[in-house]
Amino acid sequence: MSACSLLAQGLVAGYGERTILYDVNLSVPAGQTTAIVGANACGKSTLLRVLSRLLTPSQGSVLLEGNAIHQLPTRHLAQQLGFLPQSPIAPEGISVLELVSRGRHPHQGLFKRWSSADEVAVADALAATHLSELAERHMDELSGGQRQRVWIAMALAQQTKVLLLDEPTTFLDINHQIDVLDLLTDLNRQRGTTIVMVLHELNLAARYADQLVAMANGKVYAAGPPGEILTEQMVREVFGLESRVIEDPVTGKPMMIPIGRHGGIHTANAPCSQHKKAPCFG
Amino acid sequence: MNQPPLNAISHFRHIRRANTQHRVRIMAVLFACLLAGVLLTLMLGQSFTPLTTVLRILGGAEVPGAGFTVRELRLPRAVVSVLVGACFGLGGIAFQTMLRNPLASPDIIGISTGASTGAVFAIVVLSLSGPAVSMVAIAAGLGVALLIYTLSWRQGVTGGRLILIGIGLAAMLQSITAYLLMRAPSWTLQEALRWLTGSVNGVQLDQALPLLIALLLFGGLLLSRHRDLETLRMGDDLAAGLGVRLAVTRVIVVITAVALVAFATAVSGPVAFVAFLSGPIAARLMGRNGSLLMPAALVGALLVLLGDYAGQFLLPARYPVGIVTGVLGAPYLLYLILRDNKTRGSL
Ligand SMILES: Nc1ncnc2c1ncn2[C@@H]1O[C@H](COP(=O)(O)OP(=O)(O)O)[C@@H](O)[C@H]1O
Ligand SMILES: [Mg+2]
Repeated sequence: MSACSLLAQGLVAGYGERTILYDVNLSVPAGQTTAIVGANACGKSTLLRVLSRLLTPSQGSVLLEGNAIHQLPTRHLAQQLGFLPQSPIAPEGISVLELVSRGRHPHQGLFKRWSSADEVAVADALAATHLSELAERHMDELSGGQRQRVWIAMALAQQTKVLLLDEPTTFLDINHQIDVLDLLTDLNRQRGTTIVMVLHELNLAARYADQLVAMANGKVYAAGPPGEILTEQMVREVFGLESRVIEDPVTGKPMMIPIGRHGGIHTANAPCSQHKKAPCFG
Repeated sequence: MNQPPLNAISHFRHIRRANTQHRVRIMAVLFACLLAGVLLTLMLGQSFTPLTTVLRILGGAEVPGAGFTVRELRLPRAVVSVLVGACFGLGGIAFQTMLRNPLASPDIIGISTGASTGAVFAIVVLSLSGPAVSMVAIAAGLGVALLIYTLSWRQGVTGGRLILIGIGLAAMLQSITAYLLMRAPSWTLQEALRWLTGSVNGVQLDQALPLLIALLLFGGLLLSRHRDLETLRMGDDLAAGLGVRLAVTRVIVVITAVALVAFATAVSGPVAFVAFLSGPIAARLMGRNGSLLMPAALVGALLVLLGDYAGQFLLPARYPVGIVTGVLGAPYLLYLILRDNKTRGSL
């Protein structure tokens, strides 16, 4: 059993009068990858914002290696815990190198100049994300996949033990999604970085996570190894979806196949695959 | 994820150095232009004074005729223009950067207007003068900033709402200033124009000292936060995640920027659009990899200095500097509003 990195106890949080999280308990094992899944608006982003101290819970606490994060000095916390929001804003006209260098902000003081440790960390982050060649480009000149890699490079340059990412693969093509998740897995395996990410895609979450957390209605529905958590019953109760869960032939992890209202019509569609000349639809 | 090759590190170091050199070079050019501008405005005017004479006068020599013109008329004007412009430039870029929108400049969202209303109120109603006027102007500027913030608060403040409310407040404050000016019928048109559009007519050298102190004190404090301010450009969430203390940074930026703008306004009135234009011009010149505080201060100083000179001597009639900068700024304002209808604007 690995030590616990982040521990959330009895979290209640929301915006103004509106409560979004009800009594969330979560333990994030150190050095592992945790993926949070759940239906839209169930509170995944809110939970990540509380874990990264952007939002103060009205009840409960978050411990980072045993210390309450709401009592840590801001800079100190930023040296240990990185956070990448769902759709970060790239300032206009900023270069890749400059943006990635911002990741060093928590390591720089009022009078501390740019150091060789900063240089190494930035070069390292750019190399790991295959961006070294693009260092001088402006953010507005990059593709969506490249831009997402720049954000991750910035988080890498921060060199934190824990990294929280809110939907790092949304809006990316499937090949770029895999790219980003492979990159995060490298980071986790080679540096032991603890990763907590919200993922949209259930099968990718099951494939890449050591721990899968299913959320529903502002609570943790279940948390544990993907093999135990990703079940047909969970998909029904968390997503309200009928599905079949089979073994992924590539990884051996569970894989969810949605049934949907038209799931059973493969017989009706059968002529399609044989009718090679005529198109199926109009 | 191995160690990056050493040549990559030195390559990035090279890029970084080149960027720094580029920035330093442009700031040096701006500074040289400012120095040349000051000397030129000391030499040129109704009459021509040769550079050697100007330097002798600055050195303390008594030169009949030219001595009075340079020391009493041209020098105070040049020095105050530079200081006022630098204050407006800094105040403008601080707000624009913090709120991530060029329209969020203190002269657009009513903070300069508020400071001006405060100054006029202090002079006309309270019969104050000197530093006391600056204090009332600062209080009014901070009051307006607080009012805008409170009025636009609805579970957080969004830039768009804040700007619209600020523009509305600016219009209201402008009419209050006009009303107060009408209660002071002994005032000349020139004096009234100062508080409506900004002017450095008839300024004295002793008005420069408080400005200089304000610039060093508040400008210095603002400059010490330049890294936090740059990180804020990435959005509040990311900045907080990178260790920026949002509340502290915002309070420092607002107080220093409002103080800079208010001190300047208490002397020259709200010189139109200098705060608004300086940052974007600096961004055009410098690119956006690095802080714009210093460059915007230099651009602001140049704008007021040259705008005032143009208003005095290059145009068919004599205009206060605020009318010249107003004419420069208005098209850019229109452009931004039109552009913002299509895309979300930032600097
Ligand atoms: N800043 C906010 N202010 C008010 N309500 C919010 C805010 N952010 C999110 N919400 C609400 O909180 C609920 C949960 O949102 P979120 O945590 O973003 O869900 P998820 O990430 O799971 O889709 C949603 O109903 C959303 O409308
Ligand atoms: Mg979300």
